[in-house]
Amino acid sequence: MNNWSWEYVGDILPDLLHGLWITVQATLLGSLVAFALGLVWALALRSPSRWVTWPVSIVVEFVRNTPLLVQLFFLFFVLPGWGLTFDPLTTGVIGLGLHYSTYTAEVYRAGIDGVPEGQWEAATALSLPRRRTWTAVILPQAFRRVVPALGNYVIAMFKDTPMLAAITVAELLFQANSISATTFDYMEPITVVGVLFIVISYPTSLLLRALERRLVR
Amino acid sequence: MSDDSNPTQPGQPAQPAPPTVGTAEDGPELVRFDRVTKRFGAHTVLDSLDMTVYSGKHVTLIGPSGSGKTTILRLLMTLLKPEEGKIKVGDAYLTHEEKNGKLVPASEKHCREVRKNIGMVFQQFNLFPNMKVLRNITEAPVHVLGLGKDAAEERARGLLDLVGLTQHIDKYPSQLSGGQQQRVAIARALAMRPQVLLLDEVTSALDPELVAGVLDVLRDIAHTTDITMLCVTHEMNFARDISDCVMMFDQGRVIEFGTPEKIFSEPENDRTREFLSAVL
Amino acid sequence: MTGALWELFFEGVWITVQLMVYSAVLAAAVAFGIGLARTSRLWIVRFLSGVYVEFFRGTSALVLMFWLFFALPLLGWQLAGLWAGTLALGLSYGAYGSEVVRGSVQAVAPAQREAAIALSFTPWQRMRKVILPQAVPEMMPPFNNLLIELLKGTALASLLSIGELTFQAKLARLSTGQSAQVYGIILVLYFVIAFVVTRIMRLLERRAKASIGRAPEKSGWFSRRLPIGGPGPQVTTAPGGKP
Repeated sequence: MNNWSWEYVGDILPDLLHGLWITVQATLLGSLVAFALGLVWALALRSPSRWVTWPVSIVVEFVRNTPLLVQLFFLFFVLPGWGLTFDPLTTGVIGLGLHYSTYTAEVYRAGIDGVPEGQWEAATALSLPRRRTWTAVILPQAFRRVVPALGNYVIAMFKDTPMLAAITVAELLFQANSISATTFDYMEPITVVGVLFIVISYPTSLLLRALERRLVR
Repeated sequence: MSDDSNPTQPGQPAQPAPPTVGTAEDGPELVRFDRVTKRFGAHTVLDSLDMTVYSGKHVTLIGPSGSGKTTILRLLMTLLKPEEGKIKVGDAYLTHEEKNGKLVPASEKHCREVRKNIGMVFQQFNLFPNMKVLRNITEAPVHVLGLGKDAAEERARGLLDLVGLTQHIDKYPSQLSGGQQQRVAIARALAMRPQVLLLDEVTSALDPELVAGVLDVLRDIAHTTDITMLCVTHEMNFARDISDCVMMFDQGRVIEFGTPEKIFSEPENDRTREFLSAVL
Repeated sequence: MTGALWELFFEGVWITVQLMVYSAVLAAAVAFGIGLARTSRLWIVRFLSGVYVEFFRGTSALVLMFWLFFALPLLGWQLAGLWAGTLALGLSYGAYGSEVVRGSVQAVAPAQREAAIALSFTPWQRMRKVILPQAVPEMMPPFNNLLIELLKGTALASLLSIGELTFQAKLARLSTGQSAQVYGIILVLYFVIAFVVTRIMRLLERRAKASIGRAPEKSGWFSRRLPIGGPGPQVTTAPGGKP
């Protein structure tokens, strides 16, 4: 039974907070990639040509149904062999973004499909041009459904960032591990990391639920 | 709510004598409401209701929607709890139980014991979609009353014969029409051999052409058994056929009651006249 | 790729499947226990089960796994790697699963409960004979999602040096140096496992629905219906799914 040492916690906190900053960066940058790439998938999947939809749906299903950790290893070890060398954080952001884009694609699809058929019909009956139908009628309504769901995936991504430690990104878990490797005391670093995750993700999810109540009527 | 719906003191002039259906000669007193009040927030749905129904009587509750008639059935089924007053079914209180000679609010177990005497048929049938017709009917007799499986199935077959659905015994509710589902629901309620049968707008959710079949079954039951019925319905002809007593509800109170002949032919209360001219 | 490497991979697949099954059993137990506790009439039961759910949904599964493996032994409990992995995955995914159970149970029409009351069933009989048989088929698609997420989560156990598929891939990479081939192959192996799991779950869903007289919904070749936030009684699943 070891004794919890607040002094030790105080010593390691600066390093951990630095790790937290990297974690937050990875989450936010990963989200941007996921939001953009997901939209690409979603629009490609609405294509009338099956020469587009088939390959895209296979890629999306494949990425969605295989472990992010293995995808990260793939990017980390394989890309340099193809002459694409990135620093670990960039590789991690690409991995997170790619993986979660297969989820956001589904969010966009459901958001668009969730707009009632009658809205399309009404837009047609008013002879609204296609572009106008999308920007003035469909997307604003889809937006309300999409935003909270995207937010939930940002939180999920946040909780997946510790995987980046495996490809040497100096985020929270990596920091905790390297501290423990020198002090041989795992209790405080890992406990503090766990607490930091809850302290950030729980209030964020409460905020999202409040936002959702306002947006989804 | 308008002002005249405020909870009134019992014994105010507008209140007629408490409705009583039947006499001791008909058999034991079966259902009694004793100053029962039910509120939803500030809205008083039942206002200090007194009512007595003797065994074997058929009572129809009529009145505009929101007047409290369905509330009476839901109180009797313990789906709602009254704010004030007592409800007695047979010898036992539904809302209270006697402990050491004192009346205390009923426990869940006590409620369950008393409500075994009561069956209910719902507007939306509420058959269990996960059970075939036969099991819908036998499930409660077997697992609540402890009836043997064979005896319960025999009872179910007899009841299905009564409601004319023997050939559908092995189907799921989703494979039946609304009228057929409702007849199964009637059989399911009767399989518990209740003393009181509650019918809550049982034809309101049916397509018009299916209503007659269900009402015929109920007429048959009313005329050939000695089961006590409390019935909320908008089918006035049916009410006329089966009722010993019709009670007119308005704003949580019985404003008039009597035989169907009296209520439908020569109602005394203006509100009753208005209501009947609107629905007949 | 030599035969020895394939042997390595299949050993890994075997451990991965074991880890998934053990965690899934634990997660299912937690999901039903906590999920039903959240519909309890007692506020304290609802509150405590709610705390459980929020705690494990707020935690990162990998951090939890590390804590169980590295920190818990300092309190005197030494867990074997496989059990630390099972515990972390089972407790976390059980929390997500409990939301599925709660949502499906609450989505059963209130009238069904009333009908069961009218037939004098006890509360437990109501749950077992009326509510759960109708709720369980609805749980199948979201449980399928969770099972795939759980399968993906088993890869985390490689970081505790458990010899499952991802760990074996690391060994293979170190011995052959052929990263692209090694990771390409195990990604396909994971995909195949996920596909098999999905087919099995679809089969179970069809069975469950047939047993209550309903036809299953049509679906595509690899359909997982992902949870999307929206109005109405919602059954949510993936990590980050809406509560």
